[in-house]
Amino acid sequence: MVEFFWTYLWPLLVIVAHSLAVLVILLVSIAFLLLADRKIWAAVQLRRGPNVVGPFGLLQSFADMLKFIFKEPVIPAGANKGVFLLAPLVSSVLALSAWAVIPVSQGWAVANLNVGILYVFAVSSLEVYGVIMGGWASNSKYPFLGALRSAAQMVSYEVSIGFVIITVLLCVGSLNLTDIVLAQSGDYGMFNWFWLPLFPLFIIFFISALAETNRPPFDLPEAESELVAGFMVEYSSTPYLLFMLGEYVAIVLMCALTTILFLGGWLPPFDVAPFNWLPGVFWFVLKVCMMFFMFSMVKAIVPRYRYDQLMRLGWKVFLPLSLFMIVAVASVLHFFDLAP
Amino acid sequence: MLIADAFFYLFATTCVAAGFMVISARNPVHAVLFLILAFVNAAGLFILLGAEFLALILVVVYVGAVAVLFLFVVMMLDVDFAELRAGFLDYLPIGALIGLILLVELILVFGSWVITPEISAHITTPTPPIDKVSNIEALGLILYTKYIYFFEAAGVILLIAMIGAIVLTLHHKEGIKRQSIVTQVGRTRDEAIEVRHVEPGQGL
Repeated sequence: MVEFFWTYLWPLLVIVAHSLAVLVILLVSIAFLLLADRKIWAAVQLRRGPNVVGPFGLLQSFADMLKFIFKEPVIPAGANKGVFLLAPLVSSVLALSAWAVIPVSQGWAVANLNVGILYVFAVSSLEVYGVIMGGWASNSKYPFLGALRSAAQMVSYEVSIGFVIITVLLCVGSLNLTDIVLAQSGDYGMFNWFWLPLFPLFIIFFISALAETNRPPFDLPEAESELVAGFMVEYSSTPYLLFMLGEYVAIVLMCALTTILFLGGWLPPFDVAPFNWLPGVFWFVLKVCMMFFMFSMVKAIVPRYRYDQLMRLGWKVFLPLSLFMIVAVASVLHFFDLAP
Repeated sequence: MLIADAFFYLFATTCVAAGFMVISARNPVHAVLFLILAFVNAAGLFILLGAEFLALILVVVYVGAVAVLFLFVVMMLDVDFAELRAGFLDYLPIGALIGLILLVELILVFGSWVITPEISAHITTPTPPIDKVSNIEALGLILYTKYIYFFEAAGVILLIAMIGAIVLTLHHKEGIKRQSIVTQVGRTRDEAIEVRHVEPGQGL
C-alpha cells in the first residue's frame, strides 16, 4: 500500500499541484492582461478605459467575471444543445491544456515533453473546433458564417506557423521547448536569440499568431461590424465567458510561444551582472508582456483585413516565403556545417 | 503497468465506441465529431505504445486539418437522411462484401504473425531500438535512407493531386474587377491624385 502510494499516487498529487499552480497564476494574470488590453486600446484612442471598479479599474475583470457567472445562460430553441455547450468548453480547456508544456524558467514546466513544440502546435490546431462547433450549434446565420470563416482562416495560417516552427527546429535539433530556449543562449546575449538570425520568420510568426488567435486585424470570425459577434452571437453568461477566456489564454499562449521560439524564453538579454541576478521567470514574464503589448497595439491601430486579402496573405505571401526560408536555412546549416 | 493497462482500455473502448457512433449517429455533424473523438483516442493509443511523434502528427494532420475541412463540408451539406437511408438495403450486399474482404485481409495479416513468428523480427529491423534513439530520429533514419524513393514518390503524387485539384476548380472569369495588389502598392502620388486650385464661385 505504501509502495502503491509512492509509485502512483504521490506523482499524481505532485502533477495536480503543479497544474493547479499554473492554472491559478495563469487565470489571475489573464484577468489583469485583459484589463491591460482594454487600457492600452483606450489610451490609443485617448480614452480612459475601465477606471471605476477598484483603484485604476484594477478589479474590472473580476467584476466582469462575476457578472457573466450570475447571468442566465440562454440556449436558443433551435440550437443543438450538447454541441452548443461543449464548444466553449473545448475552446477554453484546449487553450489551458497547452500551458502544461510551457517552460517559464529552467525546469519550470509541468511536463517536460520531448515533443513539446509539437504538442503545443497540435493543441492550438484543435482550437478551431471550439469556434466551428459553436457557430454550427447556434443554428443561426451569423454564427455559422463566422464558423465557416474561422475554419478556413485558422487552417490556412496554421500552415505557415508549422513551417516557421520547422525552421526553428532545424536550428535547434530538438522538439523540446527547454532545448529550444537553451539553443538560443550564447555570447551575444539578445542578439543570439532567433529573432535576429531568423528575422523574417519572427514577423511571419507574429502575424500568423494574430490570425491563428482571431485577433484584430484578422478577427473575421467575430467581425462585429458585419457579423454582429460572429460565432459568439448566441452565447451568453458562462459559456460566453469560457469563449472569452479561451481566446485570451490562446493569445497569451501565442505570446509565450513567440517568446520561447524567438526571444530566448527565460534567458536574460545580456548574461552580465545586473541582468542575470534576476530569476528567469522575470525575463519570461517581461517578454510575454511585451508581446502582449504588441498584440494590443496591433488591435488598436490596424484596420480589419478583407477576407480575400486575408487568404491572399496566408497562401500567396506567407506560405511561399516560409517555404523558401526552410530551404534557405536548411541549405545554410548544411553547407556551412552548422546543423546541430 | 496497471495504470498503462487502465489507460489502454479507456482509450480502446472510447475509440471503438466512437467508431460505432460515427456510423450510427443520425446527424452527420455529430458523426464527424465522433470521428474526431476516435482520432484523438487513437492518438492516445499511439502514446501508450511510445510513438508520441506519430500520435501528435495524427492529431495535427487528421484532427487539426483534414477533419476540420471534413466538418466544414458536412456542415454545409443539406442532406436528407431519410432519403439516404431508403437505399440502405440496396447497397447492403456491396457493403457487406467489402467488409468481408477487409475482415479476411486483417485475419491474413494477423494470422501471418502466428504462423511465422520470425516475420515480426523482419518488420522491426529498419528502426534502431526505440530506447536508444528518439522516435523522430528513428522515423527520419528509415524514411530518408531506406525508403527515400517511396517517400519522394508519395510527395510527388500528393503534389500532382494538389495541382490537379487546383486546375479542376480554378476558373478565371472574364470581365470581373480584380484587386491587383502590385499595381495598388506601386501607385505614386503623382498618378493617383491631382491638385487643383479652384477659384471661388468658378467651379471646375
